[in-house]
Amino acid sequence: MRIEIVVNGDRYVKEVMADLSLLDFLREVLGLTGTKWGCLTGDCGACTVLVDGEPVVSCLQLLRQVEGRDVTTIEGVEHSGELDEVQAAFVANGGAQCGFCTPGMIMSTEALLRANRSPSESQIREALSGNLCRCTGYSKIIDAVLQAAAERA
Amino acid sequence: MAPSCCQVRVGPDLNGAAEVGSDRWDGRAMPASQVDEFQVIGKRVAKLDAPAKVTGRTVYADDLSMAGLLEGAILRSPHAHARIRSIDVSAAEQLPGVRAVIYAGNVTQRPFGYSHDNLPLKRDKVRFIGDEVAAVAAIDEETAKAALSMIKVDYEVLPAVFDPFEALEETAPVIHDERPDIVGNLSMRWDYDAGDVDEAATRAAVVVEGDYSSPQAAPVPIETHVIVASFDPDGHLTVWSPVHMVFMYRKELADCLGLDWRHITVIQPSVGGSFGGKIDIDSHDFITVLLARHSGRPVRLALSREEEFTGTRTRQPIHFHLRTGADAEGNLLFRDAEVVSDNGAYNAWGSHAMLVAMNTVTSMYRVPNSRVRCSVAYTNKNYGGSVRGFGNPQATFAVEQQMEELADALGMDPMDLRLRNANQSGDVTPQGLEITSCGLSDCLRIVREQSGWDQRRGTMRGRHRGLGAAAFIHVGGGARIYASDGCGAVVKVDDSGEVTLITGASELGQGSETVLAMIVAEEMGIPIDSVRVVNSNTDVKPWDVGVHASRTTFVAGNAARMAAAAARDKLLETASELLETPAGELRVRDGVVEVAADPSRRIELGRVARRRLLREGGGVVMATAFYDPPTHNQDKDYRGNISAAYGFGAHVAEVEVDPGTGMVRLINLWTAHDVGRAINPMSCEGQIEGGAAMGIGLALSEELVIFDGEIVAPNLHDYGMPTAVDVPRTVVNLVETVDPLGPFGAKGVGEAALIPVPAAVANAVADATGVRPREYPMRPWKVKAWIDAGESSHASRRAAEPADKGGGDNG
Repeated sequence: MRIEIVVNGDRYVKEVMADLSLLDFLREVLGLTGTKWGCLTGDCGACTVLVDGEPVVSCLQLLRQVEGRDVTTIEGVEHSGELDEVQAAFVANGGAQCGFCTPGMIMSTEALLRANRSPSESQIREALSGNLCRCTGYSKIIDAVLQAAAERA
Repeated sequence: MAPSCCQVRVGPDLNGAAEVGSDRWDGRAMPASQVDEFQVIGKRVAKLDAPAKVTGRTVYADDLSMAGLLEGAILRSPHAHARIRSIDVSAAEQLPGVRAVIYAGNVTQRPFGYSHDNLPLKRDKVRFIGDEVAAVAAIDEETAKAALSMIKVDYEVLPAVFDPFEALEETAPVIHDERPDIVGNLSMRWDYDAGDVDEAATRAAVVVEGDYSSPQAAPVPIETHVIVASFDPDGHLTVWSPVHMVFMYRKELADCLGLDWRHITVIQPSVGGSFGGKIDIDSHDFITVLLARHSGRPVRLALSREEEFTGTRTRQPIHFHLRTGADAEGNLLFRDAEVVSDNGAYNAWGSHAMLVAMNTVTSMYRVPNSRVRCSVAYTNKNYGGSVRGFGNPQATFAVEQQMEELADALGMDPMDLRLRNANQSGDVTPQGLEITSCGLSDCLRIVREQSGWDQRRGTMRGRHRGLGAAAFIHVGGGARIYASDGCGAVVKVDDSGEVTLITGASELGQGSETVLAMIVAEEMGIPIDSVRVVNSNTDVKPWDVGVHASRTTFVAGNAARMAAAAARDKLLETASELLETPAGELRVRDGVVEVAADPSRRIELGRVARRRLLREGGGVVMATAFYDPPTHNQDKDYRGNISAAYGFGAHVAEVEVDPGTGMVRLINLWTAHDVGRAINPMSCEGQIEGGAAMGIGLALSEELVIFDGEIVAPNLHDYGMPTAVDVPRTVVNLVETVDPLGPFGAKGVGEAALIPVPAAVANAVADATGVRPREYPMRPWKVKAWIDAGESSHASRRAAEPADKGGGDNG
């Protein structure tokens, strides 16, 4: 089927199979491999992207379900090659170790900070509870989100 | 990458018990050392690879692309124990898009693994549900999976055994009946004696005795195993694998598949976490290479999450029957451990988890007499691997609960009992462990004070709250399990003045790359952002055993420091000529050589390098080093100093137990770790916080629930790995004892923090409820049952000599 979609501000028109997932479209068709997969069952959150600003696990989303909408991936977070506040805070606070959960974690954080400019620690934990991290124990990720929120405020 | 600006937050007033339990309290303590004496060491440096990771640019194995890449898939056994009568692949081979179908009947392979008891593709028998039987390479994943469903395997199902105690009985089905040298299902014995336990027991005023069991658990990196293999037209093999013992991997690939190891390159892409799960070679690695060979095309094999649970190695359940005795003053007299380790269907290095578990039995605190009788059993289950902590969480669960039981029996405070018996610098334990730097007593005192232990333990049962402590000992200066425990390093300085460290050690996300760069920067007097680290390709990097045993900072760090010092000395030799000053009177700061007595006479290091290189008879600045710690392989009696340093630490956990549901909530976790020296405090905290979270998962929720050999719910939803709402902020105290042999005094910290968590939580549950946990994870229905029964969880089971084994339930 023919589909039209905006990813990171660029409009794409592609012929795809009707059962193609958003994740496979991003990784295999567009080559945007920054979005990761860890389970393909929606449990790990590594494949989180934004669809019209809302966090979505792209492994469970069919591409045709997001037809015509605006998708942002980790590759679309930087501004002209500069890290945004969330990315910079993850770097500075040790919020990324192996880095495999990091793109999804950052996308969930971007969604949270759009909805809530100064979240409490428990609100951050709740918002990130769908993103599993095995390396950090979450403390440094939460430090990073608090710092990013403070810088944006 | 500039250093981050993070302030070092000073810890709380140690008397601040009022702050205990505060939601936002951040108790990280200032490192004890004088960080000012260093330019780089001790600073909170952001990971060098972090900018790539936060932008999605980091390339992991599944992100690789290459022309003609095929997708691989594995057919796994649905039976826990079965004879393979025949395999018919003819239909699968006919499916359009299929480029190779392999099984034991059409490949060349030899047994691999520690006991050479495993084949990549099983020939005569399968021994667990998930065992590899056949594999396909096809143009895409759908075709590969369709082909798998067309392979016909005729199995003769055999009786299986899942309980290690039953497996050791004479009547049990024999799992490796092809091997007459293996007696029954006994895969290994570990027997150790120091002193005379029986005599010591006659002198003991108090003896405590009990059983302690642990579950089969999984490492669960977020990235599953993904391997890519490709043969060049000239026959040279390149494998991209997240494995972390890359040189052994190359040799084992060659040995098993009959390849020439001179024609194998192993490249480690960025690794999306391992925790030991990706440490060494496994069947799927061989299978990927075989598929590439049979198809003539590059092949990628990406394990699904379900396969990651069912088809890769796990943390082995270890059952301890332990006795500890002390005199009336609380001096430990003996420990006596009868142990059965349930290692599953094959012996990988995981069969050696007892090596580390034994250290804890013999050498945690001063114990003059100790005895270990351990049987490692084959069972028809996923087999044991080298998961973070490697046997030590299981042993510490027994040893440290028994310290609190013993203290209660003596009428002593458990912290006093620990401090009385604590290991000290200069001790040589009966097993031969040479304790050099040792901050155990300091660690105990810190968590005792921060947790309000003296005021609060034993006082909160009415509120269903409790405090529990546990300490640990773990290798922190390498672990000699191989002929060499060494690592190579090369430091080179080119005409730009940029410094490159080529190290044998791998980065798994733990931050070793950054720590090694910091060591080089400090030693050479240059900023951290002028060091690049190359560490991923066996064609380039010098030999290393590999990442395991918390050894990288210590071993690879010493190698990097030695090479950096030699490179610096070459530069100083040239600078001495240029500045007309003896090298001994020069110093390097911030990348500039200056005369110590007159810093206005100075020359930039890059210029020194160019002056050395770009002249007649010039040369490059390059230095190599190989560091092998001064340790020994243990002898046949398991004696010897296997590590050049030992890490110590202590945790206190505070829990609240809902008596109605049995739900255990961890409220606080105070930790103090003797890290020798914190090269990068932010990295040390990251290892400790992450390790603690993994320990919390072990203590409270993580378990592979296995029924008749089948993992019931092999998915992340049911497995029980902690999320951001499940773990409290861990309070981290870094205690610096400045190890005499560690690089700038550092010791390993990678595995440490998870080790004492199940024991500390169990002790806290006991304090809160009066009921002694005998197994973990302490899931609500178990805790509820223990509370209701008013006593310990399950019937006592003794792990005696294999011949006279009692039965027992499966825990």
